Amino acid sequence: MTNEALQELVGNWLPELEFTEEESQFLNIHVSPQNLHTLMSQLKSNPETQFDYLFCLSGVDWGEKLGIVYHLESTSKRHIVVVKVTTEDRENPVLDTVYDIWATAEFHEREVFDFFGIRFNNHPNLKRLFLTEDWVGYPLRKDYEDDINMILH
Amino acid sequence: MIQLSITENIHNWLFSIMPEGVASIVEMVLIAVVYLTIFAVTGLFLVLLERRVAAWFQLRIGPNRVGFQGLLQTMADAIKLLTKELTGTERADKFLYNLAPYFVIISALMALAVIPFTKEFHAFDINIGIFFLIAISSIGVIGILLGGWSSNNKFALIGAMRSGVQTISYELSVGLSLLTMVVITGTLQLSEIIEFQKNGWLIVQGHIPAIIAFMVFMISGTAETNRAPFDMVEAESELGAGFHTEYSGMKFAYFFLAEFINMFIIAAIATTMFFGGWLSPFGITESLPWLGVFWFLAKTMGLVFLMMWFRWTFPRLRVDQLLTLEWKYLLPINLVNIVVMALIVWLNLTIRF
Amino acid sequence: METEVVNTNFKSEEYFINMGPQHPATHGVLRLLLTIDGEIIKKVEPDLGYIHRSIEKMCERDSYQQIVHLTDRMDYLSANINNEAVCLAVENALQLEIPERVKVIRTIIGELTRISSHCLWWGVMGMDVGALTTYFYGFRDREMINDIMEETCGARLTMNYNVPGGLMLDIHPNFVKRVKDFITHFKTKLPEYDRLLTGNIIFQKRTIGVGILSKEDAISFGASGPVGRASGYSCDVRKHHPYSAIDKVTFNEVLKTEGDTYARYLVRIQEMWESLSIIEQLIDNIPEGEHRVTTNAVIKLPKGEFYQKVETARGELGVYIISTGTKNPYRLKFRSPGFSNLSLLNHIAVGGKIGDLVATMATLDLVIPDIDR
Repeated sequence: MTNEALQELVGNWLPELEFTEEESQFLNIHVSPQNLHTLMSQLKSNPETQFDYLFCLSGVDWGEKLGIVYHLESTSKRHIVVVKVTTEDRENPVLDTVYDIWATAEFHEREVFDFFGIRFNNHPNLKRLFLTEDWVGYPLRKDYEDDINMILH
Repeated sequence: MIQLSITENIHNWLFSIMPEGVASIVEMVLIAVVYLTIFAVTGLFLVLLERRVAAWFQLRIGPNRVGFQGLLQTMADAIKLLTKELTGTERADKFLYNLAPYFVIISALMALAVIPFTKEFHAFDINIGIFFLIAISSIGVIGILLGGWSSNNKFALIGAMRSGVQTISYELSVGLSLLTMVVITGTLQLSEIIEFQKNGWLIVQGHIPAIIAFMVFMISGTAETNRAPFDMVEAESELGAGFHTEYSGMKFAYFFLAEFINMFIIAAIATTMFFGGWLSPFGITESLPWLGVFWFLAKTMGLVFLMMWFRWTFPRLRVDQLLTLEWKYLLPINLVNIVVMALIVWLNLTIRF
Repeated sequence: METEVVNTNFKSEEYFINMGPQHPATHGVLRLLLTIDGEIIKKVEPDLGYIHRSIEKMCERDSYQQIVHLTDRMDYLSANINNEAVCLAVENALQLEIPERVKVIRTIIGELTRISSHCLWWGVMGMDVGALTTYFYGFRDREMINDIMEETCGARLTMNYNVPGGLMLDIHPNFVKRVKDFITHFKTKLPEYDRLLTGNIIFQKRTIGVGILSKEDAISFGASGPVGRASGYSCDVRKHHPYSAIDKVTFNEVLKTEGDTYARYLVRIQEMWESLSIIEQLIDNIPEGEHRVTTNAVIKLPKGEFYQKVETARGELGVYIISTGTKNPYRLKFRSPGFSNLSLLNHIAVGGKIGDLVATMATLDLVIPDIDR
């Protein structure tokens, strides 16, 4: 499906979705944290979109907000869409997990928790993945400081 | 016939110098020393042979620096093992822990004593020869189980249990395939079996069932000594190194050497029962009975090479597949084979020269 | 008075085994915590992070040429293809016109890297199931490729031959001849591999029906590469999102449906044949031209987000760059194939035996630096 058709179809499902195609190869959908899970499950189950392959889940620190970028692809129709969600709360960010929709999200969300500190509701095993259990801080955030381990130009 | 009656001469000389009791004891000590030397030298040589053969299969050279063509390599390894610290676990059962390697060595030595190297070089020629051999090889299992139990280590215990199960299962096949050959010879005594083979080696005399018995014997023999492709127990070293995890230094060397000697014994038994022992093919060197040692060693080394070939080519069987192989395939084949062999002997269909 | 500690995820007959970070068969430093009942596995939990070097954080302060040097430390067996991924992402963002010569050479070297990685995989696979000789045979053939790489690129493992804009140096004059010699040599060796391992009944008993992965699970877990293709899931990036000179050659995507360990094994062996055929189609007609397009000394990507997918020997590698117009990326994320392949280990190993776990892990072909980054 083309980007316009996708935009039209998905725009009818939920209010408050922002679509943009600038500065990106694919169609980007911004969604609010409350609607995240409904949008994702519909993207997967709807027979016209059928996004059954989540191939990249990245955490991003946008400066003031923390966010996640999901890259979705459909193995039958071969279209790609990008879903972005952000939260303003830097002290205690919480989002919904998509593990029940795509099983690959389990490890990816653990990695995001490890490096950014975003917690996920209903995640089966939310522990740090790469760093040790007693590590303090979230390294990939922009305001992370570590005099011993970091060398800056 | 040129006979070097060394054993007779030594026997008479000893009995002429000392009183009877002492002379018998000295004789026994002498024989024990000779056999211990054979044990040690064979073990050393086999370890080196395994490394060179493995290297040949793997397109490399192997140890060839220490001594001529690496012959002193195992000596160097033995010296290293002797100087290692003997770490034992704290709560291991000290007595059983120290006793376990000796069981394995003693059973290997006792089996060596019964094997005929040549006409006069035969330490213990009892009338139940082959039966004795099968019985002795069962004693080695005790050493394995004791070693695993007394180490006070749960992985060693599991490894020992598995190894014990494997050995006990495959002993059945070993025994039955040897009994198949006894049906032809009609006698259990090893020197008489070899005399019987002067009319042609047993594998030729018994044709089809003998060849099947030989193949079953080689498979079960390899499995009984825990060698690849049946070494899941000890090569699972990612999890637990089997029953000899907690042994180090000389005690580990005992287990290690005993495995190689067991391999030699299996090959020696196969040579005796199937390929004529120390007899030369077509009787070409009949007049020099002491050349029998050379023929015996040549045949045994050929079979040892075959066992090494198995190890470096085949993948490993999983533990449950191992036991399935024995109980569902080898055992029925063996039983049918004995019946077939009995029929052939009864109907006089054996090949004789 | 002692109180009893009750561990809720541990029944009394089960015991706990650690397949520690040091392995005899070097998949890398991976620690697996196994919960076992007798011989049956109840739960597998990987413990990662032993070789985590924070590559993604380092990329936020490095220039784009420097980032290329970091990528071949990730999955060191497909080093060239990793470099190609970042170079392609940068070149597509800058919309550079890459000469045909560069594309063809990149594809040839990429396929050679794939064969080299599969050779090593085959050797280690044999070693894991117990046939210890296969290790040496795999490495012997890999040596020929390493020598070719050393002559052209200067290094045997971390080649760094690709730069944004083309190749660092032109290929050595002996390159074409040596590659052709290699192809002739290797075509006689692959049947030898089949005789040694593929047709062996013991090997087949260890691998057929073991570690079955269905197609839906493969898609849901994000499996890619030979792991996905063995379950019938068509996921070859070279077919769906072609790059470099791949669209000029014809090759088959190897698919099987059973999804067990033996199918994954056969897929990789067949992929080696396909790679040989791709190289053969390209090696005789390398177009003339420049080997490098000049870029600025300081590369600044325009503002925006860029994603590039390539097919490494392990599966689909993704490079996701968020740039704000400066000389360093704002965020760079590597989507590594091993990461998703490892997450399905718990799903397919539960219910099998320990020996099956070893065989299954060998066919998942994990390289831990790729997962830990």
